[in-house]
Order: sequence, then C-alpha cells, then structure tokens
Amino acid sequence: MGTETTNIGRTALKLCLIVVGMFGFGFALVPLYGLLCDITGLGGRTGGQYSYDPAETRVDQSRLVKVNFITNTNGGMPWQFWSEKGGVRVHPGELKEVLFYVKNTTERRMVGQAVPSIVPVSATDYFHKTECFCFNHQILEPGEEMAMPMRFIVDAELPKNVQSISLSYGLFDVTALTSQEELNAFDGNPDYGARSGPDDQNSAQGAAE
Amino acid sequence: MSEVIEASHDDHHDHHGPAKGLARWLFTTNHKDIGTLYLWFSFLMLLIGGTLALVVRAELFQPGLQFVAPEFFNQMTTNHGLIMVFGAIMPAFVGLANWLVPMMVGAPDMALPRMNNLSFWILPFAFGMLISTLFMEAGGPNFGWTFYAPLSTTYAPETVTFFIFGVHMMGASSIMGSINIIATILNMRAPGMTLMKMPLFVWTWLITAYLLLAVMPVLAGAVTMMLFDIHFGTSFFNAAGGGDPVMFQHIFWFFGHPEVYIMILPAFGIISAIIPTFARKPLFGYDSMVYATASIAFLSFIVWAHHMFTVGMPLAGQLFFMYSTMLIAVPTGVKVFNWVATMWRGSMTFETPMLFAIAFVVLFTIGGFSGLMLAITPVDYQYHDTYFVVAHFHYVLVPGALFSIIAAVYYWLPKWCGRMYDERLGKLHFWLSFIGVNVTFFPQHFSGLAGMPRRIPDYALQFADFNMVSSIGAFVFGFSQLLLLYIVIKTIRSGQPATDRVWEGAHGLEWTLPSPAPYHSFTEPPVVTEADAHS
Repeated sequence: MGTETTNIGRTALKLCLIVVGMFGFGFALVPLYGLLCDITGLGGRTGGQYSYDPAETRVDQSRLVKVNFITNTNGGMPWQFWSEKGGVRVHPGELKEVLFYVKNTTERRMVGQAVPSIVPVSATDYFHKTECFCFNHQILEPGEEMAMPMRFIVDAELPKNVQSISLSYGLFDVTALTSQEELNAFDGNPDYGARSGPDDQNSAQGAAE
Repeated sequence: MSEVIEASHDDHHDHHGPAKGLARWLFTTNHKDIGTLYLWFSFLMLLIGGTLALVVRAELFQPGLQFVAPEFFNQMTTNHGLIMVFGAIMPAFVGLANWLVPMMVGAPDMALPRMNNLSFWILPFAFGMLISTLFMEAGGPNFGWTFYAPLSTTYAPETVTFFIFGVHMMGASSIMGSINIIATILNMRAPGMTLMKMPLFVWTWLITAYLLLAVMPVLAGAVTMMLFDIHFGTSFFNAAGGGDPVMFQHIFWFFGHPEVYIMILPAFGIISAIIPTFARKPLFGYDSMVYATASIAFLSFIVWAHHMFTVGMPLAGQLFFMYSTMLIAVPTGVKVFNWVATMWRGSMTFETPMLFAIAFVVLFTIGGFSGLMLAITPVDYQYHDTYFVVAHFHYVLVPGALFSIIAAVYYWLPKWCGRMYDERLGKLHFWLSFIGVNVTFFPQHFSGLAGMPRRIPDYALQFADFNMVSSIGAFVFGFSQLLLLYIVIKTIRSGQPATDRVWEGAHGLEWTLPSPAPYHSFTEPPVVTEADAHS
C-alpha cells in the first residue's frame, strides 16, 4: 500500500505541473496572439513608423488605389474626430498626406489615443505610415482643436486584386491610463508628442496648430 | 498511511459507518458522501439556474417589456448560463465520478480524499459569492456567460470582481477534482482492471479530467487578465492601451470549446453504460468508443474560432476552423452508430433510465446536426447570435448533458440508497421532461432562422408565437424537475428494497456490491471477471 501512496503523490505532482504549465500558456497566448496578428494581418493591425527613401521607391503610375478613411470615437469619448477627406486615390509608391482633426469638446484636459485598423487584411503588409498621430497620445486642453497629419505610402507590391483599402481609426479616451510623468513632460515641452514630431522636419507643414 | 487506517478499522469492526450530524458532511473524506454532496449541490444550482431561466422565459412570453428591466434581464441570462454550466452540469458529473469511479475500478475511495473534501466545499462559497452579486446595488454580471471584454472589463458592473474570484474558485475546485479522478483511475484500479477493460464512464471521465486540467488554468488566466485590466491599469483587452478585445475571445474559446466537451464526454460514458444494460447486449464497438472519445478531446483544442467567424479572420482561418469542426462529426457519428448498433436486435425494455438514454441519443443528435449547420462559415454569418444558436446548445446541453445526468441518477440511485424509485412516476417525469424540452427549444430553431437575436428582452412581433410556445414548454419542463426531487426523496424514504444487481442486464463491479453500497467498499481489491468488464 505504501507504494500506491507514493504513486498517487507522483501522479498528482505531474498533474500539478500540467496545471502550472497551462496557466503559463494562457498568458503566453498574449504574445503568441500578437505574433500571429503580425504575421497574418489578423485584426487589421498596421506597422509602426515606416522609414522611407523617395529615391529608391518605385511609383506604380499604371494604377490607382482608393484609400478610404473612417473615423470613430469609442463609446464614452466625447471628442470630435474627423478627416479632411473621406478618401483619396493614390498611385502605389506615392507619398500622400491627409489631415485629421480632433477637438476636445469638454471642460477638462483629456488624453486621446487613436487605434488604427485596416481592411482588407491582405493589404496590412502593404500600407506604410511615415507619420501618424496614432503613434502618440493626443493631449488636448478644454475646447482645443488640433490638426494632425498622417502620411502614408501604399506599397507598389500591393496585390493587384486590392483596389480599395479602408483605414479606420478608433479614438479612445486614455486620460485615466496616462501617467502623471507624461503629463508633466507635456507641460514642460511645447513640442511634445503629436503636435509636432521633434525628429521630423516635415511636420511643420502639416501640423496646423 | 493506508495501513494505519486499515489497522484502526480492524480494531472496531462495528462502526464502519459515517459520523453523525453536520460534521459528517463538513469533514467527510468518503467518496460516497462527497458524491452525494456534489449531486445535491448541483440539483440546488439546477433549481436556481432554472428559476433564472423562467424569469427570462416569462419576460419573453410576449413581445414588449412586462416583468423585468432590460438590465436585469441581462443579469438573468448571464447568471443562468454561468450557474448551469459551472454549478449544475459540471458538479453533477464530478458527483457521479465520485460515487462511481472508485466502485467501477474496484478502489476503496478516491486517491486524495482530503483534497476531495476541499474541492467540494469551496464550491458553495464560489457560488454564494456569484449569486450574492444579484442582490447588490450594482447588480450581478450582465455581460453574458462568455463575459467578452470590454463588456466584462470597461463596461462591467462593479461587482465583476466577485465574479472573477468566483470563477477562480470554481476553477480551483474543478482542477482539484480532476487531479483526484486521474490519480484514482491511474493508480487504484483493482488487479486485472486494465485500461481497456474499464467501463466507458471511467474512460470518458479520465479524458474529461485531462481536458479540465488543460483548459481551466487558461480560464483562470483569462479572468486574471480581466482583474488586472480592471484594477491595475494593464491593457490586455483594452484597445486604447494597445490590447485587443478580440484576443479575449480567442483565449476564452480556447477554454470554452474544450469546456463544452467537458460537459458532454461524461454523458457519453453514462449512455454507454445504460444502453447495454437495457438492450441486454454488450456495448457495440467498445474500442472505437474509447478512440472516438480521445479524438473528440483532441479536436476540441483546434476548433475554438468557429465561435467567432463573424469577428473577422482570414479566409484560410475560416476554412481551417470550418473543416476541423466538421471533422468532429466523424467520431461523434461513430458513437451514435455504436449506441444504435447496441440496441439493434437487443431484448430492450424501457425503464426510466433507458427512456432518458434513448431520448439522449435522438435529441443530442439533433443538437449535433444543428452544430454542423453552424460550422458552415458562410451560413454561420446568418445564424450567429440568433436563437438558432440558443436552440443548438440547449439541445446538446439539456436533453444531452442534463438528460444523461438524470438517466444516471435513476440508473444508479437503487445502488446508492438501496431502494427502487417509483417506475410509474419516473416515466411520468420522463414524458413531462421530454415533451417540455422539445416544446421549449424546438421552436427556437425557427425563430432563430427567421432572425431573432439572442440576449434580448423584447423582440419583433413576428416571433411572438414561437416565443409563447417556447415559454409554455419552459414552464412545463422547469416544474417537472420538482417531480424528480419528489421521486428521489420518496425513493430514499420509502422505496422498495433494491436487489444487489438491480438491473437484469447490468454489468460492472459496482453491481457486485450490496445495495445500498456499503460506506466503505472494496477495502479488499475485487477479482475482475470478464462479466464485470466492459459494462
């Protein structure tokens, strides 16, 4: 009987390891999911800032792709959010700039964050942004309005069957998620964040403040 | 350790029985006592969850808002689902496993008796906490039993933290129960009870326990991430902070799809015990039943995204999840074929457990077919979140899982309490349940196909007739379960004494024990004969 007790203990221990392992796996699903989304374009995720050399970029003059812009404010986000155009036609490879506007309609300082998403997912790898307000938080004083440039290139390698791409931005209220350090940094630096990218010499022409 | 217990028992042969009073139930480590506790607890949860369902059906009896506010309606649907899944079906199967697995494999008790006590006794606290939220000012969970983020995080009532800890405790209970069941089956079988001689109920529970160990920790992870998002400023599921609410759905259904097999595999085991008994033939295709169960368990891990076709995924993903889902029909078809083949040319009699078992085979198959329809991606775009889905999963869970539990109670009750139930009342209960369940859920196929969305307190006028029929059926079905309570109490108090074998065609070690089964059984390992294997 003694050996049976040992065997039970050993089985229970192994099973506990499964439990611990699967608990860890549950959390490992988070980076795995991120990886899967990056590979497949699932969820319409776009990449980060794209570095761009005009001299080496081929422009495909033979076709035009329609790029549609959709702006949404998430539930509970009282700001106004719109784009100057509903859509533009671009040649793949051509750099294009579109202005987006936000207005803080409330009586308090708020922080917003735009989250992009693209359909069709087969286009996510071919849509590059050289500058986007979605890379930063937007901190707006009460009643303040801001114009935000977004520059993008549709890759010349875009599959031929994609004739139209829709880029959607959801604007979220992240005031509660924003750290005090970031707000302090904003107060101390007028060039902070999306108002003008400090490293981007072209930003002045777009950011009408 | 066991030797000490054996020795002390030998000293006083006369009181082998249980302790007296409440202490017996609080401190018991006896698998039969704990099985009984689980079964009564799950019956209580069935009545509570059923009451919430009747609130839903009363509200839906007619279009318009009659009895409850929409916010409260959402709490009713959510808690009905949570209580039935985690409180009624799962603990009932664990209770049956506690009672039956040691007796079926010839073991004296469960492998880890004290943990067994703990895994039961945290359940009342988990559900006490969950149900108490219904009486709080902020109200209970109202985000559906699938608790999709951000409904369950950003927009959740403040009581969501009680829900999260409740789920943690239920998960801990299930995990401990599973460890116990696996340890018992792998280490405590009587000599000669090889794996491929085990009754199918033991086999299905072994596989179910592994499923539970694999997915309950993932569920615990998911609710922990919710907890962090709500209270500690993380953004696992918060798009504003860089998280992704769709990821919640993936993690949830990675747990959720194996979970639905957790609720049906033990049922397959029960039906595989009952049909051979009343067909008086050995089970057809025992080996294929084992392999089919294992195949279903494996497939359950690779089909989860068929719950989320409409959230958007690449075509290749949709095709993969559609085909892998349809593949599940193959092992399931093997099982249904085997049950029918077992009945084929058998000397069948139709006692109450057999009636419930046959109803299981027919109605579960209907639920399986509607599941196949839902597996077809383009069609699912039409059916998604309609009453067709509600009809589908209630067909597999009510006349599926629940009927199998009721069948098991009628089948083994004489062994448990040594008395026969009233066959006439049992049949009455069956017919009321059978008619009630079909009147309730069959019309929901039609209202769903016509486009009625689920989880709504009010609906368009064209769905009025189907909903009225459905509500009438629900009240018939709901109240007929009180008859089950009456029958069980009557059996325990004044049933006719049962024989040891109970059923003419019953095979298996548990039937070699006296009725009622003694408080301590198989303290000496039994001899496993050919007749006792493969029940």
